[in-house]
Amino acid sequence: MTLGPYAFDILLAYALSGALVIGLVVQSVAASRATKRRLEEAEK
Amino acid sequence: MSFWEYANPRRFMALSAKIQPWVWAAATVLCATGLIWGFFFTPEDFRMGNSVKIIYIHVPSAFIAINAWFMMLVASLIWLIRRHHVSALAARAAAPIGLIMTIVALLTGAIWGKPMWGTYWEWDPRLTSFLILGLFYLGYSALWSAIEEPDAAADLTSILCLVGTVFAVLSRYAAQFWSQGLHQGASLSLDAEENVADVFWQPLVISLAGFVALFLALVLMRTRTEIRRRRLSTLTARDRLA
Amino acid sequence: MIALLARDLRLAIRAGGGFGLGLAFFLILATLVPLGVGPDATLLRPIGPGILWLGALLACLLSLDRIFALDLEDGSLDLLATAPIPLEGVATIKALTHWITTGLPLTVAAPALSLLLFLPTSALPWLVVSLLIGTPALSWLGTFGAALTVGLKRGSLLLSLLVLPLYIPTLVFGAEVVRRGGDGLSVATPLALLAAITLGCVAVLPFATAAALRINLR
Repeated sequence: MTLGPYAFDILLAYALSGALVIGLVVQSVAASRATKRRLEEAEK
Repeated sequence: MSFWEYANPRRFMALSAKIQPWVWAAATVLCATGLIWGFFFTPEDFRMGNSVKIIYIHVPSAFIAINAWFMMLVASLIWLIRRHHVSALAARAAAPIGLIMTIVALLTGAIWGKPMWGTYWEWDPRLTSFLILGLFYLGYSALWSAIEEPDAAADLTSILCLVGTVFAVLSRYAAQFWSQGLHQGASLSLDAEENVADVFWQPLVISLAGFVALFLALVLMRTRTEIRRRRLSTLTARDRLA
Repeated sequence: MIALLARDLRLAIRAGGGFGLGLAFFLILATLVPLGVGPDATLLRPIGPGILWLGALLACLLSLDRIFALDLEDGSLDLLATAPIPLEGVATIKALTHWITTGLPLTVAAPALSLLLFLPTSALPWLVVSLLIGTPALSWLGTFGAALTVGLKRGSLLLSLLVLPLYIPTLVFGAEVVRRGGDGLSVATPLALLAAITLGCVAVLPFATAAALRINLR
């Protein structure tokens, strides 16, 4: 498969969106883990 | 058994813990299918060439960006009318997701616009109203984090969400009034005449479903985090008193 | 309510009340724009309406955080909340005071400043009319924003972030009226929409403002 003249644009669009969305997911997971851990410590 | 039982944070936590893995799985499978199908197994568009592949991110993210705000509006109304804390926290949880999706839609649109329209940005009604939507998300999140007292923050942001909805819609029409625009019409309306061709449509619908599942999964996870954070702050406050 | 209006007006006009500050800001903006983009009439004439409306918007924003802050500090806001007049009435009076001390002077000063921006004389009446009709919406929206952020320590920056997006429709229609008026086109549609926004704001926003105040005073 060839991406043709727009290869750079397409890859850039996918890369940037991927970075943003994955960043959001990672941040959500990290915040969720951290809060869970701190809550468990506090409940002890 | 009524829907409102899940307004109890404990019930909500139990239910969401159960369904969360399924929603995540659905999000992963659907996003992967839609995007891989769209990226590798669709033909070139006769006018736009391969740049049409950007649609599989652009349309779903724009869809989520708008509907996240509607979800926040409904959640705010539920909070104002029935005072369920989970609802207020879900509205708060949705705001950053909506903001990121707005940015993704604008970025992919700009990258797509350059080869197609010859410009990254144009003051077209749709583009303008998306930028404004992003500003509303920013203001809403900023107000949430500025107020310390949790119930007051929930109340004030809900009121802002109601007023903001009216003005976001008004801005949309104001921008439309002002220039006609380059953006093509709806690509997903039920009216088949307007739709994109079938080969593009099938993977697009799958990745749209994937983005919806991803949104749900993120809202669930972030709401759970907010509930835990709230519980944590009451616990530490009690400790300090004791 | 008349007494409250008189009191607020007196407080605003007295030294340190910020009266005239918005006006001075408006003047400075109208002076700086030609200095920034160059004194070319063909360049300034098309952007004039937008600049003047933008100036009005920002000048309005300057005095917003004062609307409730002083009253909250000395406790008179609590008194007003328990007073026999409804809080919605207080919100209306506050917005009206803000409009009389900023929107109205801006409207009066705008024709003089429009000369600096080479606005065609055919646009002048429409400039005054659009500001007269549009600026109340700015004051009422601003009062709502001020009520949302009244208890916050660094509220003024947040206030502009919240209020400016709400100003967009007014800005678009207001500048459009002046532009069309200057070109001799029909202004009926944008003018009607501008009036509709203002009337809607005046009618509905005091309730939202009062609700926000009650929450902040709880």
